[in-house]
Amino acid sequence: MFSQFLQLTLAGVAQGCVYALVALGFVLIYKATETVNFAQGDLMMLGAFFGLTASTVLGWPYWATILFAIVVMAAVGMLIERIVIRPVLGYPTFTVVMITIGVGYVLRGVVTMVPGWGTETYSLKTPFGEGVIRFGGVVLASEQLATIVLTAALCLALYLFFRFARLGVAMQATSQNQLAAYYMGIPVQRVNMLIWGLAAGVAAFGGILLAPVAFVHSNMGFIGLKAFPAAVVGGFGSVPGAVVGGLIIGVVEALAGFYLPEGFKDVAAYVVVLVVLLFMPSGIFGETVRKKV
Amino acid sequence: MRFIFKTDYNQDIRLFQHGGQMFWYGLLGVLLLAAPYLVSGYVLSQLQFICIYSIVGLGLMLLVGYTGQISLGHAAFLAVGAYTEALLQAAGMPFIVSLTSAALLSAAVGIIVGLPALRLKGIYLAIATFAFNVIVEEIITRWESLTGGNSGKLLKAIEMFGFRLSSPESFYYLCLGLTVLAVLALINVLRSPTGRAFVAIRDSEVSASCMGINLAYYKTMSFALSAALTGVGGALYAHKVGFISPEQFTLVQSIELVTIVIIGGVGSLHGAILGAAFIIMLPQGISIAKDWLPESVSPAGLQSVVFGLILIAFIIFEPYGLYGRWLKIRTYFDVFPFYRRGTFRRQRVYLRSERLR
Repeated sequence: MFSQFLQLTLAGVAQGCVYALVALGFVLIYKATETVNFAQGDLMMLGAFFGLTASTVLGWPYWATILFAIVVMAAVGMLIERIVIRPVLGYPTFTVVMITIGVGYVLRGVVTMVPGWGTETYSLKTPFGEGVIRFGGVVLASEQLATIVLTAALCLALYLFFRFARLGVAMQATSQNQLAAYYMGIPVQRVNMLIWGLAAGVAAFGGILLAPVAFVHSNMGFIGLKAFPAAVVGGFGSVPGAVVGGLIIGVVEALAGFYLPEGFKDVAAYVVVLVVLLFMPSGIFGETVRKKV
Repeated sequence: MRFIFKTDYNQDIRLFQHGGQMFWYGLLGVLLLAAPYLVSGYVLSQLQFICIYSIVGLGLMLLVGYTGQISLGHAAFLAVGAYTEALLQAAGMPFIVSLTSAALLSAAVGIIVGLPALRLKGIYLAIATFAFNVIVEEIITRWESLTGGNSGKLLKAIEMFGFRLSSPESFYYLCLGLTVLAVLALINVLRSPTGRAFVAIRDSEVSASCMGINLAYYKTMSFALSAALTGVGGALYAHKVGFISPEQFTLVQSIELVTIVIIGGVGSLHGAILGAAFIIMLPQGISIAKDWLPESVSPAGLQSVVFGLILIAFIIFEPYGLYGRWLKIRTYFDVFPFYRRGTFRRQRVYLRSERLR
């Protein structure tokens, strides 16, 4: 009984890691530019397709495909920021949300139009094998373990980057107060562009991690919609919140899928979001700012 | 250019500002009334869709364009209206009763959503309504004894006062009449203190509440009115399509409804109708464009690419939408040699931040 609960929780954590990665992308962009990127899931999908191309057409090894996808997607992210986001900087949030929805539509459409990608479903080979790992009564697929470990590694890397790297500190300053950062000599516009690149790179990483579980498909970006609850539960402006939120959503979903009647699995995440918003309008780790006139 | 010198308040809130306006709207009305005898059956069917989407667009315009509340969950209200209509018609209710119930029930759901939404702002509100949409969609799918689940519900033709509205012409007149009613109702709401309270809330919540506007009351009311109109649209939509199932009321549908508001022009009633017409006619235009594509490219994604590009282009280049474009053209001719490029330039507010509001 307990081992089954543990089993479900671990599976939920593995799935939640992917939500957390997508949510991390939302939060990075939201913190810096106050833009909510509804295309984050589609960026993840595009990243997975680039990884797929690198591994099947070019025949590169797994780690090289990850690196390739991240680099290409970072470029794509910066391009998107430069072309469509910068002209509407300073407009109401809703405007920018609609722009990113438009970007999502374009990316989804373009992927189905590219010869060789199309609307079919693909699978991506991983070096982790098909094996399972047992601890006591709990079984964990090696792919799930790899997802958890790689997510943890990425979080550590991001933490170190924001804590010690010059650019990371500049990004943090920008996201706390753009004007003050600008007065301190930080090139805010360029930093915003780099943040979009970073978020798109993180999305590509998430896409490749998700590929063995969910397959590569032009509609796989809709997983990004599950990451919204994750970001909101954790508090939209908080990087640790995104990770915690993602794990919560993943675990709740896994448990709801088993203990509750059919159908609750798909809405569990959204019910959690509504409940959290009802009691904490800005999420668990959200910052509360006093109203100023 | 026509100058109107207003000397009293009644002049300011008149339905038509001058005879010219009355003439052009009258002409439009006559053309719309004569449409069934002028156009083909296919165009008439598109006109019915435009009327239905206009009603929904007007409802959403009230919420998004005038009160400034974001909703990504309006397809759920559409679903409430459509299913109420389907169930009550199956139970043998007359159309007047079922349509009114669809509107009232949607309004009630709107209040239920609007109340928790009082505490939420900006993006949190968008995500809460979006979560609400997903939940409603799932309820419709799972509650098979009531809604028929994925196998959907069929609807019969409307019967009203002993007449069967089975011909396309009669249904078109019904849709047109309801659209005109919706427009008149909204004009009246907007020129009353209620409408001005909505606009005040949109422009600044803080200053609106300082002026004595009860934020909770007006925000909930805006949600309820908007949901009621959307419910009416949903009931008509159900009759137009004749078959409803959960996959017609997804998040994608909600986004399309918001696009009506954006493309038409935020904050104008004309915009809601222009946007609805645009969205209905877009697939037609795209299917023509498909013939120009090279063979090797699969045309499946073209629709979503064009849709996305149009959305982006409107927001970047024409933030006031189709109606804004028309205003610019008209102003250009009105002031002919003196038009200046900066006339409509939008002021940028770099420091306006949702976090600090």
